[in-house]
Amino acid sequence: MIGAQLQLDAVRVGYGGKPVVTDVSFRLARGEIGCLLGGSGSGKTTLLRAIAGFEPVMGGEIRLAGRVVSSAGQAVPAHRRGVGMVFQDHALFPHLSVADNVGFGLRALTRAERARRVDELLALVGLAEYAHAWPHELSGGQQQRVALARALAPRPALVLLDEPFANLDVGLRERLSYEVRELLKNSESTALLVTHDQHEAFAMADTVGVLADGRLQQWARPYELYHEPVNRRVAEFIGEGVFLTGRVRADGCLTLELGEVVCPRERDLPVGAEVDVLIRPDDVVHDDHSPVTAVVRARAFRGAQFLYTLELASGARVQSLVPSHHDHRLGEAIGIRLELDHVIAFPRGGEGAHQPAPAECSVPTYRL
Amino acid sequence: MLSRRRLLPLRVAVWAVASLAALPLVVVLSSLLHPETAVWAHLGEHVLPELIGTTAALVLGVCAGVLLLGVSLAWLTAVYEFPGRRFFNWALMLPLAMPAYVLAFVQVGLLDFTGPLQTVLRGWFGADLRLPEIRSLGGAVLVLSLSFYPYVYLLARDAFASQGQRALEVAQSLGLTPAQGFWRVALPLARPWIAAGVLLAMMETLADFGAVYIFGVDTFTTAIYKAWFSLFSLPAATQLASLLVLAALTLMSLEQWQRGWRRYTPTGRSQVVRRRRLTGWAAAGACGFAALVLAVAFVVPVAQLLIWAIEVAPQDLDARYPAFIGRSLLLAVLAALLVVGLALVVGYGERRIRDRSTMLAARIASVGYAIPGTVLAVGVFVPVAWLDNGLIDVFGLQTSAVFKGTVAVMLLALAARFLAVGLQPISSGLNRVSVNQEQAARSLGAAGATLVWRLHLPLLRRSLMTAALLVFVDVMKEMPITLMTRPFGWDTLAVRVFEMTSEGEWERAALPAVALVLVGLLPVIMLTRTAEGARAAASGYAGATVTEVVR
Amino acid sequence: MKKLCVALLGLVMAGTAAAAEVVVYSARNEQLIKPVFDAYTQETGVTVKFITDKEGPLMARLKSEGQNTPADLLLTVDAGNLWQAAHAGLLQPVQSEALNKNVPAHLRDPDNQWFGLSVRARTIFYNPTLIKPEQLSSYEDLADPKWKGKLCLRTSKKVYNQSLVAMLIAQHGEAVTERVVKGWVANLAAPPFPDDTKMLEAIAAGQCQVGIANTYYFGRLLKRQPELEGKVALFWANQDGSGVHVNVAGAGLTKYAKHKDEAVKLLEWLSSEKAQNLFADENMEFPVNPAVKPAPAVAAWGAFKPSVINVAKAGELQGDAVKLMDRAGYK
Repeated sequence: MIGAQLQLDAVRVGYGGKPVVTDVSFRLARGEIGCLLGGSGSGKTTLLRAIAGFEPVMGGEIRLAGRVVSSAGQAVPAHRRGVGMVFQDHALFPHLSVADNVGFGLRALTRAERARRVDELLALVGLAEYAHAWPHELSGGQQQRVALARALAPRPALVLLDEPFANLDVGLRERLSYEVRELLKNSESTALLVTHDQHEAFAMADTVGVLADGRLQQWARPYELYHEPVNRRVAEFIGEGVFLTGRVRADGCLTLELGEVVCPRERDLPVGAEVDVLIRPDDVVHDDHSPVTAVVRARAFRGAQFLYTLELASGARVQSLVPSHHDHRLGEAIGIRLELDHVIAFPRGGEGAHQPAPAECSVPTYRL
Repeated sequence: MLSRRRLLPLRVAVWAVASLAALPLVVVLSSLLHPETAVWAHLGEHVLPELIGTTAALVLGVCAGVLLLGVSLAWLTAVYEFPGRRFFNWALMLPLAMPAYVLAFVQVGLLDFTGPLQTVLRGWFGADLRLPEIRSLGGAVLVLSLSFYPYVYLLARDAFASQGQRALEVAQSLGLTPAQGFWRVALPLARPWIAAGVLLAMMETLADFGAVYIFGVDTFTTAIYKAWFSLFSLPAATQLASLLVLAALTLMSLEQWQRGWRRYTPTGRSQVVRRRRLTGWAAAGACGFAALVLAVAFVVPVAQLLIWAIEVAPQDLDARYPAFIGRSLLLAVLAALLVVGLALVVGYGERRIRDRSTMLAARIASVGYAIPGTVLAVGVFVPVAWLDNGLIDVFGLQTSAVFKGTVAVMLLALAARFLAVGLQPISSGLNRVSVNQEQAARSLGAAGATLVWRLHLPLLRRSLMTAALLVFVDVMKEMPITLMTRPFGWDTLAVRVFEMTSEGEWERAALPAVALVLVGLLPVIMLTRTAEGARAAASGYAGATVTEVVR
Repeated sequence: MKKLCVALLGLVMAGTAAAAEVVVYSARNEQLIKPVFDAYTQETGVTVKFITDKEGPLMARLKSEGQNTPADLLLTVDAGNLWQAAHAGLLQPVQSEALNKNVPAHLRDPDNQWFGLSVRARTIFYNPTLIKPEQLSSYEDLADPKWKGKLCLRTSKKVYNQSLVAMLIAQHGEAVTERVVKGWVANLAAPPFPDDTKMLEAIAAGQCQVGIANTYYFGRLLKRQPELEGKVALFWANQDGSGVHVNVAGAGLTKYAKHKDEAVKLLEWLSSEKAQNLFADENMEFPVNPAVKPAPAVAAWGAFKPSVINVAKAGELQGDAVKLMDRAGYK
């Protein structure tokens, strides 16, 4: 891709000679918002720090606007990269006022220019009247916005956000993530954030990468990640769901544990092999006419819907999202059917990223 | 916020501690009621004008010196990784274990005209070679800086370790070079800690008599001792000392005023620090600098002391030494615990009540450190003797002492002197506990003592240990109060040092001095180990909470 | 609670009410007095309790304790402080035949409130490789411009120099003495030294040629560094005039002494022939008792004529001496 604002090629980073992440490659176009999603210890923050210039890379290359900024043995110092960063704890300077915090990186400007830019940014983040406040006088969300304004002020080529909402409460998190996305889009910034929260990732980012087992498992739009996970790790990490065991038939279709037959689009799975089929809660539909019933074992009210945990006759459990006017009690047996848009199946025993490409099924649903 | 009424017990407690520290000050200040015009006229005309200039120069010089050494060494060991860093990390605290006057004596001995360095140089370059005089203001500044820099080092290192690396990264992400980041962010952020260390060094310089005496530099304390020991006017001496009290209060108020409304609470959780690795010349430079300071401030002087100590050991090392060491340790440990406890009360009260009178109480509690120990010792002794006399007269007791000459009085006197040493690290540490954390804890039902116990103590662990360590070492070295308030026959290592030096037998003083350094050294090492362990544990804990959130 | 208090008080009293004992506040340090007191205890069975500190704090202590002081004797290393203690009403006169016999009149208080116990002589030392003893004569002579850049002195803050100048004032008056002191200051080769030993070493190293020190520092220095023999030597000052300046280490009976008789007995014993060597020799000082010979090492420095002005003068004029030295710029 020509003109990628950020490009990583086979990047390997780690501490003390031990790599934490290996072979990471992705691109971020100008104005795009990317996200690295991963659990604790997945190396997402390490990768972010390498892009910022705080950690050296052990191999591969990092390019910013076409220029190589990191490669094995050489690195452009962090302060010459033009990369802004919003830290997890906001890291506001407690000894400076809000305005001075925002203007901190604007050293090249005249006093008047700096004041104008600070005003502009404070207006952008909606904190114009707090210019003279001290950081400790602000709420968590306000601190977050000051941190963002401070990072944006020098018009960085790239903004990095390290778990930007981790220290905020859940309600605030969701609202702020849309707000911050708007702010970044309005200021035409290119941004990369890291988070462990997929809702946050989906709310904020155009493109999301899943980091697990020291590798970038998949770099794709949120829709693709959810519906077309490239492997079991991604499938497990994104969304909710369970695996049901299936067996490959001679025609390439799969017999599920319960007798259901689904047909993957590609039929290159070895005949007779056992496979795991991903069943997401929205794939299981409540249908009183269905011959298949399952017992309600747990339920969680989610406003418009209930998330039921259902136990099949074999003892296997699936989850189902049901409109909340279908109010079933625990222990009640209800009729269900599968409504798979496409079948995602992984061969048994295959783990991690080295498994064969997943089979997909474009065929409409089969009744149980 | 709690009502004022509920804060009353705390307020009373703060003032109770302040009064304890203020008692000797009252004795000192009451001397102002008995003007000693003759002595003052003489001192005012012939002594003070020059002394005030010299004292200011000495204090400012030491201030610059401890800043330079303390901050640079703290920065290197907290933020960078270089060969020997783990060793220097604790070893650079060691000069603390050495009394300043002992260091002064040894350094003068080594560097003076008759010392080995100049003697060797004269051998090479001829008998007419003259180096700059070590017994001078410059020499005193140098040696006192080497002696007192650990105060700044210890406190600044804590600050840098928790936020230095982070400050640098934020600055760099905003386009500042690491150097600019240090000056514009890391240094200002560490300011309360650095200021606390510098304040301690300045107060100790103001109060020092032994070291400046060896350098022949006349300071304000010289005038105090002259008025007392040579002109036999204790009132004039205490009047002069009350000026020192004033100077110390002014210094503290200046710092407070300059700090203004700023807060130094980091606005979020600090992260695990990964030190930047220095390589090549930078690594060699860092290692060399730390090694040089350590060598000059500690290794060489201790080597000299050891040589002397071994010389005199067959004659002086006797069966009483275990008792000397035991008493020194007992006194230092008890005093450290007492001072940390009292300082916690004052520091916590200062933070919770936050009004003028409480801040004043906190400052009053601190000024004892700026008064020469001997004057303070009298300030303690006079009211205790007065109380004893009162009790004896009223109850017709057949004794000459009730409280006098008990270890309890000794401890209270030491507490009055060293409260500042405990208070500075603790109140700068309390700065770091955010109001949010307090409110969070309070919302969970923790208040008052529970809040202190469950939130402040764990968060303050490092500050408390720093405070305890500083007080411990200071009490080990302390001389005048120990001398004046000890029970009969209750000699400590510091008393032994006094016995030998009072007749100029420095070589024989080396034995107790070495013992003092060695005994003082152990806790330094031990505490550093614990502190490092605590930090590792704390970061592990932070990781655990993140994992929980993910699940 | 009350019972406990009484019990505790009883304990305290039991501790202090032991029979034959003497309590001493001593500015003379432990290693010099303990052997002497131990010998006394062995001989008489009387225990001697003592506490050491500087003179100033000890006197402040006596003063604030008033009549409840546990101290019976105040022991110091110079006459000035004893004079001061007597002057402040902290001591009381002692009438003792033995003391009057053992301690020459000029080495004790005219009112018998205190008694010298050992003599400390302060005289001139020089570097024999640089000057001849014939060039030396008196303290006053060291103010002569011929010694410019050749003289070393200890700091004026030390009481020994204050006593020396006080004696000069007693002899010559303030005006002459101030000229002498100013002359000394003008002749200094190095800033005043913090102690006599350092100054003697400077003479031996050739930093200066001549200086003033107490003899026992010289004795101690040569004992520790025999190689300095021949590089620094003793000269008895003012032998043609007033004699060598002497001071005393001495003691006085406190005003509110609880063990008065025992204390006087101890004083008498300290001045007696059998104890004098014990007291003086430990620090290479001279005995006060004329019947007692100094230690052989001390005697080897030769006989000298001491100043016979009463050492009490040193106390009386100490304040004036300090002020004079301040005026003269002697640090």
